[in-house]
Amino acid sequence: MAAETTAAEEEPRLYRAREGRLLGGVGAGLARHLGIDPVVARLALLALAFGGIGIAVYATLFFLVPAETEEETGGSERDASRRRGRDLTQLLGYLALAAGLGVLFLVFGGLFDPLLWFLVFGAIGAAILWQQANPAQRDEWVSVTAIRNRKSWMRAGAGIMLIIIGVFGFLAFQQQLHEARAGLTFALAMLAGISLIAAPWIVGLVRERDRERRERIRNQERAELAAHIHDSVLHTLTLIQRRASDPREVQRLARVQERALRSWLYQRPADAESTVKAALERVAAEVEEAHGVPIEVVCVGDGEMDDAVHAELRAAREAMVNASKYAGTDTISVFGEVEPAEVLVFVRDRGAGFDLDAVPEDRMGVRGSIIGRMERHGGSARIRTAPGEGTEVQLRMPRILAAE
Amino acid sequence: MGDGKSTFAEGAAVPRVVIVDDHRLFRSGVRGELGDAVEVVGEAGDVDAAVRVITEHHPDLVLLDVHLPGGGGVEVLRRVLAKHPDIRFLALSVSDAAEDVIGVVRGGARGYVTKTISGKELADAIVRVADGDAVFSPRLAGFVLDAFSATDAPPMDPELDRLTQRERKVLRLIARGYAYKEVAKELFISVKTVETHVSSVLRKLQLSNRHELSRWATARKLV
Repeated sequence: MAAETTAAEEEPRLYRAREGRLLGGVGAGLARHLGIDPVVARLALLALAFGGIGIAVYATLFFLVPAETEEETGGSERDASRRRGRDLTQLLGYLALAAGLGVLFLVFGGLFDPLLWFLVFGAIGAAILWQQANPAQRDEWVSVTAIRNRKSWMRAGAGIMLIIIGVFGFLAFQQQLHEARAGLTFALAMLAGISLIAAPWIVGLVRERDRERRERIRNQERAELAAHIHDSVLHTLTLIQRRASDPREVQRLARVQERALRSWLYQRPADAESTVKAALERVAAEVEEAHGVPIEVVCVGDGEMDDAVHAELRAAREAMVNASKYAGTDTISVFGEVEPAEVLVFVRDRGAGFDLDAVPEDRMGVRGSIIGRMERHGGSARIRTAPGEGTEVQLRMPRILAAE
Repeated sequence: MGDGKSTFAEGAAVPRVVIVDDHRLFRSGVRGELGDAVEVVGEAGDVDAAVRVITEHHPDLVLLDVHLPGGGGVEVLRRVLAKHPDIRFLALSVSDAAEDVIGVVRGGARGYVTKTISGKELADAIVRVADGDAVFSPRLAGFVLDAFSATDAPPMDPELDRLTQRERKVLRLIARGYAYKEVAKELFISVKTVETHVSSVLRKLQLSNRHELSRWATARKLV
């Protein structure tokens, strides 16, 4: 079976639906492709099935049309698993309909009885119209017939005339049932008349439905945005009002919210965790959240993460934590540069600075976590600092990818 | 870049500034933060008002928000610079999106800073831009480095499409958070020379037709 090959596209391609299918998803898929209601497609297939052709069409489509891929269904895990199952009630409904039609065939004795076709097509047509109408229009139809301009008057007149001819012809041939073919012709003429009347309505209805669907999607997006803003932004604003006396906490809250909103607005592709730039930004964000000192990250170039760069980022984190804790400044600059041969990270603050020689040998922070870690992985670290001049930690790590 | 005239940096006069931003709160906030460092001669909240106020007051510098109702900061640049090429613009934005940065800088702004900048830094930036120099935030410097380094194709115009070794060094230090003075000290050059390098980078950014510049901006979406 040629399944699982469809690429995600904007235009609805013909594939078998997984979502909302009853049997093999042919009906639902067809309906989505043609932009009509699945019920119409299913009824059409069902009607054709009685001629035998429908079954063949269904089988052909089932084997030739690829099934929709998982991604296209979208939605959450739970949703998808629920939707992937077939709707039993609907399936039973269609089976009942098929059984009813079968009974009708038996009663009227044979496929070519014109009366039977009249009943069947009339019922299907009415059902389709009823199904497609929105509630407002349904009411309108029930109360007054909506025929407004001359064009529709003409169309309606022609249709009614055809129906009258059909009915008269039908009655005339009613006595001679074996001349079924002629009767059928009149029934077809009648159908043509009906569809002539109904066509503009149906087209209008379909348009109306499309418009409504678009509107609904737009509303959904708006609701999602509103929910997001309500959830996070308003929550943060409330917290800020409560903690107004603690400027540090207020700043921290604002920064966290800003970052969240930014990443939400300019969402990145899914590979965010596997590249150097994204990882560096995440490290900075974590340190900032933990220690409340804003960290500005600028990163030039980007590339794959590897073990050595992981170690470099851990060293960079240590440097950021040190700067947050001891420098006493209100901002830290982090600059990352990813080059083909090496990854450079600079962590700089304009704070207190310290005397590097005065740091005891056993202080883990600088020597172990930064210099030692870098050297163990084949990189190097330099620390430039002096009391009162701020600190800059420079980390340099050759890239494994380039060495191979 | 002072061209022999007395400059604002020397304290001869206070730059006359128009603030263009659609948030009134932000305008008054900036006004308060800047204090006596500048003379705010006008404010505007959308493109049409901005063009009117700027033409009327002819300020030394316009603090320009990137996102404005009526066409954005780029539209203000287009309409004002056509008639008054001598007015300087410093772009100000909450967004770090590359297309915003590249848009206003190529539109004629001589600097780009984010709204999180402190009042003192903003005042310094204003004085610098009003004197005709360029102001690069670390982020903008990083963006320029990135845009000019993604070079697969040979440059069409080597003069404009490439950064010199020196310019690259200066930009890297700015991206690392160094002030011009610190950059000068680090590279053993004068602050004036740093300013010249940055102005030259700005010129390249504005004039280069490298398609990478625009392609990069749209592909990354973020600086």
